[in-house]
Amino acid sequence: MIALLLRDLRLAIRAGGGFGLGLAFFLIVVVLVPFAVGPEAGLLSSIAPGILWLGALLACLLSLDRIFALDWEDGSLDLLAVSPLPMEAVVSVKALAHWLTTGVPLVLATPLIAVLLNLPGEGFRSLILSLALGTPALSVIGTFGAALTVGIKRGGLLLSLLVLPLYVPTLIFGAEVARRGLSGQDTSTPLLLLAGITCGAIALLPFASAAVLRVNLR
Amino acid sequence: MTSLWTYANPKKFVETTDKVLPFVSVLAIVCLVTGLVWGFFFTPDDYRQGSTVKIIYIHVPSALMAINAWLMMLVASLIWIVRRHHVSALAARAAAPVGLVMTLIALATGAIWGQPMWGTYWAWDPRLTSFLILTLFYFGYIALWSAIENDDTAADLTSILCLVGSVFALLSRYAVNFWNQGLHQGASLSLDKEENVADVFYHPLLVSIAGFVLLFLALVLLRTRTEIRARRVRVLSTRQRME
Repeated sequence: MIALLLRDLRLAIRAGGGFGLGLAFFLIVVVLVPFAVGPEAGLLSSIAPGILWLGALLACLLSLDRIFALDWEDGSLDLLAVSPLPMEAVVSVKALAHWLTTGVPLVLATPLIAVLLNLPGEGFRSLILSLALGTPALSVIGTFGAALTVGIKRGGLLLSLLVLPLYVPTLIFGAEVARRGLSGQDTSTPLLLLAGITCGAIALLPFASAAVLRVNLR
Repeated sequence: MTSLWTYANPKKFVETTDKVLPFVSVLAIVCLVTGLVWGFFFTPDDYRQGSTVKIIYIHVPSALMAINAWLMMLVASLIWIVRRHHVSALAARAAAPVGLVMTLIALATGAIWGQPMWGTYWAWDPRLTSFLILTLFYFGYIALWSAIENDDTAADLTSILCLVGSVFALLSRYAVNFWNQGLHQGASLSLDKEENVADVFYHPLLVSIAGFVLLFLALVLLRTRTEIRARRVRVLSTRQRME
C-alpha cells in the first residue's frame, strides 16, 4: 500500500503529472471573481468564504479524471486488480494520494489567496479548519465518480455531472462553517456535521468505488 | 404458488403486462380526467389563494411521483444487484426519464404558483432546493445509462450510482434544511387527519394522485416492454449477422 501511495505521489509531482495545475486553477478562479463582481472590499470579504470553498471544490474536480485514467490506459490498473491488495485498499490509497496532491496544497494556499479577497482576520481559522476537514470527503467522493467513468471515452463532462450533486452536502456544511466563523457565530454544529460526512464517506465509499471498478475491469 | 420472481422472466413479464397494461392505461386516463375536471371546475376557490389553489391537483401528485419514482429505481437497482434479474434493471432504466419529467412538472407548476402567491418564481427554500438537487441526480443517472455501451456494465454501474445517490440525496435534503429557512408550506397530505387540506380539495386530490400513480405505472410498464423488445431485436440481428 505504501509503495502504491509513493508511486502515485511521485507520478503526480513529476512533470506532466498535473501537480500544481489545481492550485493554479484555484488562484485563477479567485482572481477572476473581483473582475466579475467588482472590486468593492466589503462585498468581496462577505462572499470570500463561499468563493474560496467553490474554488477549492472546482480545483478538486479538475484533477479527478487523472486518478484512474492513466493507470487504465497503460494497463497498470489491471495489474493492481490482480495484485494481492484488495480493491478497496487500492481506491483508498488512490483517494489519499489525490488528497495529498490537491487537497493539502489547496488548504495550505488558502490563507495566501484569501488575502486577495479581503477576508477579515477572524474568518481564517474556521475557513482553513473547514477546508482541511472537507477536502478529504471531496477526494473520496471524487474517486467514486472517477471509478464510475473510467471506462468511458471523454468521460470528463459526465464525471462533473455525476460528482457535483454528490458534493452538495459537503459544500453546504463546509461553507456554513466558514461563513459562521466570519460573522463570529458558533461553528461547532456544522463543523461536527462536516466531520461526520467526511468520516462516513471515508468509511463507506471505498466499497462502492471498488465495486464499480471491478465492474469496469470485467 | 407463483412467486413474484416469476415475472423476472422477460417472456412471462411481457405476456402478463400484455393483459395488464390496457387496464392500467384506461384506469389512469379515467382517474386523471375525473380528478382534474373535478378539481378544476367543481371545487370552490380558496378564500386566500383564489383559483391558483387548483394547481395543487398537478403539483402535489407530480412531486409525490418524482420522489416515489426514485424510490422505485432504488428498489429495482437493489433487486438487480442482489438477484440479477434483467427486467428489474430495465425497469429502473425505464422509470428514470418518467421521474425526471415529474420533477420538472413539479418545479414548473410550483414556479407558476409561486409568482402570484410568494411574489417570486424561485426561492432558495429547502424543499425547492432539494427538488432541484433531485433533478440533477436524475440527469446524472440518465446520462450514465446512455454513456455506456455494454448493457450489463451499464446496469451495474447505474444501480450502484442509484444507491450512493440515494444516500447523498437524503443527506442533501437535510443539509439544505440546515442551510436556509423555509418558505414552502408543510405537507398537504399526511395520514394525520389534522394536517390535511380541507375536504373539498382533498377528495379530487386523491383521485388525481391515483391517476398519476397509474400513469407512472403504465408508462414504466410500457417503457420496460420496449426495452425488452429492443434488446431482443438487437440480439436477433447480431445472431443473423453471424450466420
